[in-house]
Amino acid sequence: MAVDATQHVAMTFTEHLPVLQVLVTFVAAPLVVLLGSRQLSWLIAFVASAVSFVIAIFLLMQVIDGSVISYHIGGWAPPLGIEYRVDATNAFVILLVTAISTIVLPYARESIKDEIPAKHHTLFYAAFLLCITGLLGVAITGDAFNVFVFLEISSLSTYVLIAQGSYRDKRALTAAYDYLIMGTIGATFFVIGLGMLYMVTGTLNMADIAERIADQGSNRTVRAAFGFIVVGIGLKVAIYPLHLWLPNAYTFAPSAVTVFLAATATKVAVYILLRFTFSVFQPAFLFEVNTLEYIILPFAIVAMFAASFIAIFQNDFKRMLAYSSIAQIGYMLLGISLLTETGLTAAIAHLFNHGITKAVLFMGVGALVLKTGGSFYNRIEGMGKIMPWTSAAIVIGGLSLIGVPGTAGFISKWLLVEASIEKGWWPVSVLIVLSSLLAVIYVWRVIETLYLKAPEGPVLQKAAPLSMLIPLWIAALACIWFGFATDITLSASRSAAQGLLAGTAGMM
Amino acid sequence: MGIDFTWEYVVGHFNYWLFSVLMMTGLYIVVAKGNLVKKIVGLNIFQTSVFMLYISMGKISGGTAPIFPLDMEIDPDVVYSNPLPHVLILTAIVVGVATTSLGLALIVRIREEYNTIEEDDLLLIEQAIVNTENALHGKSMGGRA
Repeated sequence: MAVDATQHVAMTFTEHLPVLQVLVTFVAAPLVVLLGSRQLSWLIAFVASAVSFVIAIFLLMQVIDGSVISYHIGGWAPPLGIEYRVDATNAFVILLVTAISTIVLPYARESIKDEIPAKHHTLFYAAFLLCITGLLGVAITGDAFNVFVFLEISSLSTYVLIAQGSYRDKRALTAAYDYLIMGTIGATFFVIGLGMLYMVTGTLNMADIAERIADQGSNRTVRAAFGFIVVGIGLKVAIYPLHLWLPNAYTFAPSAVTVFLAATATKVAVYILLRFTFSVFQPAFLFEVNTLEYIILPFAIVAMFAASFIAIFQNDFKRMLAYSSIAQIGYMLLGISLLTETGLTAAIAHLFNHGITKAVLFMGVGALVLKTGGSFYNRIEGMGKIMPWTSAAIVIGGLSLIGVPGTAGFISKWLLVEASIEKGWWPVSVLIVLSSLLAVIYVWRVIETLYLKAPEGPVLQKAAPLSMLIPLWIAALACIWFGFATDITLSASRSAAQGLLAGTAGMM
Repeated sequence: MGIDFTWEYVVGHFNYWLFSVLMMTGLYIVVAKGNLVKKIVGLNIFQTSVFMLYISMGKISGGTAPIFPLDMEIDPDVVYSNPLPHVLILTAIVVGVATTSLGLALIVRIREEYNTIEEDDLLLIEQAIVNTENALHGKSMGGRA
């Protein structure tokens, strides 16, 4: 920690931004409960989320050139004190989380009116704010145990949010219970891993752990710790064989919750995986290279095909998107397991682009559910004529999911193909293209249902309100915008990838 | 780096043996038991085993509680245990309590809606719902998972 030896005490307002990033939503959550007013609670939640978004922009602007902000909580210097450490990677993830939450909240207002009884709305917003806090905390902290604490804050509020879907379908309760069991096992595995790391290194600061592991090299405890951490986080990421909680949780959660979870929660988990595989453990650590190449990579490819294949044979639009999410996580893991700069850039860019894409699609589903009362294909037949704006946005999102040129999804898939060719693994790049063809099939099924079939049965005349359409279209236009203005995502992901690959050097 | 299983090695790692046994017991209960409350009990045992792991690693043989004497005159011969893992586990205990209470609350709601807390019965009820859905909306693939 030689570089940070000078005592750092934050004095000005701007120097306190890293801690405010987490605190704003954290303080807003109990405030919402104490005031107990339904109208105010939405406003407080939205303002808190918007303020976080502005802070996130400021932080990203400061670190996009590859520099690092180190904030010492309470003035206690690391490694003893807890440190918040902002670099290009987590600033980018924080930006994604706050941007999505700020878009989702206006959308949630109308959506949950339809799906959750009015008396629970205040508590819903409180849980939502806590979930944001947890995700932001996980992303920003530089302390390994802090990751666990924030992970549990976000997970516990997520279980509550998913269970809120029970007013529409009682299976939301069992979905939330399943997720609770699997999520807790995952988090506990993660803590066991951390405990082993603490045994070996005697520290909890990530940069410090990295330095000490590099000094003493690999031993059995370090390898066991790596295994526990990867499996534990793998449950949260929904790496292919550990994905069983995901389809039901996404299908039965309230629409607004699904949008937020699909776009952020798994992405933050992927970020933790990145942080631990590259900043805490070293890419030079042979055991890790083998794990990524022989375990994560095959599972990523299996996920890309198996989950896409299951997605094709769904009769429910929302559940289809849940399976497609598992497949898309496969692309991110594939980028990570390539262990090259281009691969990592692709993974991080895909993390961001897929977040926006899934936000568009799930918001579209929510609007359809509000109008037709369900997301089954035969309930939404012919909606292209009845709800032209919603359906058009879904088409844009669908194209981005396939990776059609001119959309955000194309950029990251292109990078991924480039990365695998660069590595010399051309069969992998063929597989990426082939699995994208599966995406063409399941997206086409939706487009066919929306546009080429006549509306069936009586339709509830309940138009999607403007407060849902505007967030939907902001996200849809972002899909196109990031398909052309690629320099923002690419420069941020590239400097993030460089920082990660530099290992400890990147953390210093 | 072979390990010779001497008597001292086995007894010296007594805490860690217990940790492994408790951990696997807990995990086994979570997987094998069909009753939702029993699953939560298993989860609790599983989490408790981790508390044991952390507390064991902070203990130093002959170490005492890490409290300074009132006069702040520290005897260099006294060995103190490491308090940090113990503090960490306080946090983990709080998380465990929160998880348990949320899990039990969910079970209460599940009982209200399904009138059972046995996993087999829940699966049957959900399969029936899926079957009616498939009859209404066309076949699908994947089932509960």
